Amino acid sequence: MEQSLRETIHENPKKILGVNSQDAKVSLSYLTVAFVSLLIGGILGLVQGLERAGLIQLPSWLNYYQVLTAHGLLLLVVFTATFSIGYLYANLSHALGGLLPKVRKLAWTGFVLMIIGVAMVVTMIVLNEASVLYTFYPPLAAHPIFYIGLVFVVLGIWACCFGVFINYRHWRKNHPGEVTPILAFFTMGVFVLWFFASLGVTIEVFTLIPWSMGLVETTNVMVARTLFWWFGHTLVNIWYLVAISAWYVFVPRIIGGRHFSDKLIRLVVILVVILNIPGGFHHQIIDPAISQSIKFLHVFMSLSIAVPSLMTAFAMFVVFERTGRRLGGKGLLGWLKKLPWGDVRFLAPMIAMISFIFGGAGGIVNTSNQLNQVIHNTMWVVGHFHITVGVSVVLTFFGICYWLIPHLSKRKLTPKMNKIGIIQTLIWTVGMIIMSGSMHIVGLLGDPRRTSDTTYGGHEAAASWVPFEMLFAVGATLLLIGVIIQVYAVFNMMFFAPKGNTEYPVAEPEDDETPTPMWTERWGLWIVLLLMVVAMAYVVPIVDMLLNAPPGSPPIRTW
Amino acid sequence: METTKTLKTEKPEKYDEKSLKGTIVSVGFVAAVIVVMWVAVFWIYMERV
Amino acid sequence: MQHRLEEIWMTISVGILVVFMIIIGYQTFALGMGPPSHSETIDPQKVEQIAPFDDPGVKEIAENEYEVVMILQSFGFNPSNIEVPVGAEVHFTMTSKDVTHGFQVPGTNINAMVMPGHIQKISHTFKEPGNYLVICNEYCGIGHQAMSTTITVK
Repeated sequence: MEQSLRETIHENPKKILGVNSQDAKVSLSYLTVAFVSLLIGGILGLVQGLERAGLIQLPSWLNYYQVLTAHGLLLLVVFTATFSIGYLYANLSHALGGLLPKVRKLAWTGFVLMIIGVAMVVTMIVLNEASVLYTFYPPLAAHPIFYIGLVFVVLGIWACCFGVFINYRHWRKNHPGEVTPILAFFTMGVFVLWFFASLGVTIEVFTLIPWSMGLVETTNVMVARTLFWWFGHTLVNIWYLVAISAWYVFVPRIIGGRHFSDKLIRLVVILVVILNIPGGFHHQIIDPAISQSIKFLHVFMSLSIAVPSLMTAFAMFVVFERTGRRLGGKGLLGWLKKLPWGDVRFLAPMIAMISFIFGGAGGIVNTSNQLNQVIHNTMWVVGHFHITVGVSVVLTFFGICYWLIPHLSKRKLTPKMNKIGIIQTLIWTVGMIIMSGSMHIVGLLGDPRRTSDTTYGGHEAAASWVPFEMLFAVGATLLLIGVIIQVYAVFNMMFFAPKGNTEYPVAEPEDDETPTPMWTERWGLWIVLLLMVVAMAYVVPIVDMLLNAPPGSPPIRTW
Repeated sequence: METTKTLKTEKPEKYDEKSLKGTIVSVGFVAAVIVVMWVAVFWIYMERV
Repeated sequence: MQHRLEEIWMTISVGILVVFMIIIGYQTFALGMGPPSHSETIDPQKVEQIAPFDDPGVKEIAENEYEVVMILQSFGFNPSNIEVPVGAEVHFTMTSKDVTHGFQVPGTNINAMVMPGHIQKISHTFKEPGNYLVICNEYCGIGHQAMSTTITVK
């Protein structure tokens, strides 16, 4: 069997029969968990929006901060991770001609570990034992089981990381001198980054477990925060890397075009992998105990991460313009009209890309050192990440569903489902514009985030925020409608859509494309460079925090 | 004579097909958004200094 | 032509980012306008026994220049309801008795993280009179939304 598969791959690589049914089961399971999390997380989001607008008051046994903690973890950790794994493992299976059995086993192990972890975490949140928010900054101390649950989730993700590394290494051994298929290349990039990013938060959580149990008296608050953001910042770029894999590899095919220069795509991946972790301090620009110089270094590293995004913007416009013009588009912007706006598999990622223009610009503002004082911990930040993760990443994910899920389930995307997808995309977009737009503005006026109520005893400054907060509720309502439609679409395509074959829409290169150089494959080198850059950015401040540490803080429960 | 005529009619179409003017305008828009957003917040910061 | 255009785009866009960095870098390192980054530490469990936090409050240190020594805790500020004359240059010296708090005055650039074990400082000149809202902007517990006070500038 393996022999003939190899022959197929060599002779007719594009005609590989997609993801085999055993591998498809893995992906579909992860995607199922993803969309269940999205539904619950989405409902919690509306609840938050309504309380923030002063329209409802949550009961004491399910207070705003429990809801906020769950909303953050379910969407930022569970949904994004399970969707990404489901999608990337399908890509890996398609690109490498099937997962190795032991890699599939690792993926299932990861699945079980993550479910156990999420169950532990969510239980603690519901019991009001972990109202510490997604960032769980010490000295706020949750129940030990909360942290242990997080460890299980990380171990689950690591199982998936190792699965990818093992399968990739196996492929490289059997294909010496060959360039890695682009989908596998992206998958490697994501999991390499994920592994090294999660080292920081894993160390932090391991120190918090004995502390929360009372076995260790105090903890170093600054080091914990810093280790968290080593991970937390990188996570967003992990999502970005997942999203752009679809922008670069699938969207060109969907619009009837060819993909951008393969070499340049891989360069973008390499840059995102290497440059990412050292931007973490842009979440800590107004922290004490970090010098101005180190902060500025992280400002520089964070701005350098804009470079692959600026390259991506250029690449995507070139692909759209070239394709649009080939389809007959004339004049300056006629090519835009030729793109398939009525195809949800294009519309969703396209809106996602456009939104990143604003999300990325906002990010540049946020990392601009003292400008951070204008927006830190205000609703501007909430608006920012709803645009970036909520639209650029999540809308791309939603768009992917419309071909990936039929493909994995051996069903078809019907015109009716496509229409539903278009409606969902438009509702989502309008909801996000209203909600995120109002959040950006009211944040500039000083309205803070992560709080259940901002009336502050009727102070006039707070009164100016109220009209905008009403818009949060309007946007959030639209978004929940969007969530419900999407969850319906996903499970319909999984179980009820008409049977058939849906192709994996992998774009072909241009006819005159030059072959990809093998130096792009030097993962060992990229990892070394990654570690060097992390060391450059983190060794000095962390050592400084440890050597000049004050007496630590005991666990404190203020809820 | 004929060849010149063919060239004249061929050239504008091929040029249109290979044009990247739309890309120039689009990335120009990206740069404009970045600059406008940054200057706006910078202005707010300076007002409050 | 495409390669040329891409090179031009990258040069211009990176150039814009470099200009941003020069502006904020100059302000930070030549004009001292960088973000609050104080490095002194303190025992978080003995805050009220250690100077200057053994005597929190508003102290005039020079002509229309004040130091506000402040302790933050869930869910209040000590001192609270501060009053200063218009034009006052105020230096806030702060720490937390318990968890991490944020110190923000909406409408100003006053925005600083205040962490237990660490002393944070930020300064501001109150040029306009008015009643300023002071809030904690980092989640600190069930009463976080009530953690606020005022600065009245006459």
